Amino acid sequence: MATSGVDKVARAEIRLWRAGLLAAFLLLWEAATRRAWVDPFFVSQPTVLAAQIVDWVRSGFIFRHLFVTMEETIIGFVLGTLLGVAVGFAFAHWPTLAHVFDPLMVALNAMPRVVLAPLFILWFGLGLLSKVVMVISLVFFVVFFSTYTGIREVDRDLVNNARILGANRRHLISHVLLPSALTWIFSSLRTSVGFALIGAVVGEYLGSHEGMGYVISYAESMFNATGVLAGLLVLMAAVIAIDVGLKRLDARFSYWKPVPK
Amino acid sequence: MTRADRTGRIALERVTQRFPLPREDREFTAVQDVSFDVDGGEFVSIVGPSGCGKSTLLGLIAGLVPVTAGRITLDGRPVDGVNPRLGFVFQRDALFPWKTVAQNVGLPLLFRGVDGAAARPRVADWIARIGLTGFERYHPHQLSGGMRKRVALAMTMVYEPEIVLMDEPFGALDVQTRNLMENDLLEIWAQLRRTVVFVTHDLEEAIALSDRIVVMTASPGRVKAVYAINLPRPRSVTEIRFHPDFGRLYETIWKDLKDEVRIGYERSRQGRAG
Repeated sequence: MATSGVDKVARAEIRLWRAGLLAAFLLLWEAATRRAWVDPFFVSQPTVLAAQIVDWVRSGFIFRHLFVTMEETIIGFVLGTLLGVAVGFAFAHWPTLAHVFDPLMVALNAMPRVVLAPLFILWFGLGLLSKVVMVISLVFFVVFFSTYTGIREVDRDLVNNARILGANRRHLISHVLLPSALTWIFSSLRTSVGFALIGAVVGEYLGSHEGMGYVISYAESMFNATGVLAGLLVLMAAVIAIDVGLKRLDARFSYWKPVPK
Repeated sequence: MTRADRTGRIALERVTQRFPLPREDREFTAVQDVSFDVDGGEFVSIVGPSGCGKSTLLGLIAGLVPVTAGRITLDGRPVDGVNPRLGFVFQRDALFPWKTVAQNVGLPLLFRGVDGAAARPRVADWIARIGLTGFERYHPHQLSGGMRKRVALAMTMVYEPEIVLMDEPFGALDVQTRNLMENDLLEIWAQLRRTVVFVTHDLEEAIALSDRIVVMTASPGRVKAVYAINLPRPRSVTEIRFHPDFGRLYETIWKDLKDEVRIGYERSRQGRAG
């Protein structure tokens, strides 16, 4: 059990190791750049990085850009997810549809969307829309494929049982198919949220005048390694925060599942 | 009222079921020319070797799958799709894992449009009858195998189907739990007198529970013999085994069954469909 004494000790030990390794890495980095073993122009320096982030936070500069990126990510993520679930359901519901469009879906999914980003910018402009489309194009397929699989993999006995118990089509969807697919959908959401942020940042990186991708791209053009790394750290923190949130949400919807050991 | 007058009569007339085997370009005959009747309120077991089409028969009676040839009627009306007067207890307890015990038991009433106020006392009654009062808010994964089976039973009985089909319902339980469940089932059956068709590969279980036993042959399943079990009721499955007629019945029926079991076993060893 997770609460037993032995496990607690092991977990504390693991935390200690993690913190220790991180501290050692940062110390080595700091020392290496201070003693000029490596040029801080290329790799920056932990203290300088920290100062940069503090400065960004103090001036409020970072929040404006982070807000733009989050806005694109969330809008694209929500729309992409809804679209993915809807099309996944439609495919599972009308097999003919699935047979006709299956090759198209596979082909579209095989296309590297990141390379399409310049086209999206060309079509939808430098603003929000092109980034949202970019995010949708990444999120949609992840959610679509897991919804489709989730519904097809639903326990046949459960479907038969529901039919015997008197379920009509609507009952079947809301009481059997949707709850059963939710597990799959949720596990895909945690994957796709990372994709969503990548989509937004890549879009900004290639053509924008605001957002985290723009901040990184601008720092890069100034040969400012500190700016690039600080931007990446902020993004990393944002993804971790979202992932923790989704994990909680997943736990809420998966109350009926046995707790994994 | 005699049994033949009750509702819940089932008649199978030369029922044959074939499935296409897509990769082999031929058909597999699961059951062939099966005919037997079940009276209203009667408890009939179907026994036979693994893969003889016992479960297939239940699926056909339930209307989950249309028959290839022959006819199945319920109270004289041909089976055409899933019949709402019928209940089915599956081999694996097909509970809805995201619903609580009370929600599971209430589900058929919800599907039937029974409103909440009318459904609640019926659900509570059945939860009490299966001895799970206090567990209403539990989810299936928090229950033991025996408890889950009882929930499945309550879920079927709560809408009072006239015919209850059971597909090896207690097969996965340990012997003690199994005997308790069998006694519970007999008690419920004695109270409600619904028609029960019970599929099992356990001959002792079949004799202890049934009014009649249909013995099936190895695949393709046909009716080999039908035996009347005239042991006294009410029965206790643990005590009825000591009745002097029990051993005699077991010996007679087993003689029929064992050849089929051997054929079924040999075939499965050769890896053939069966």
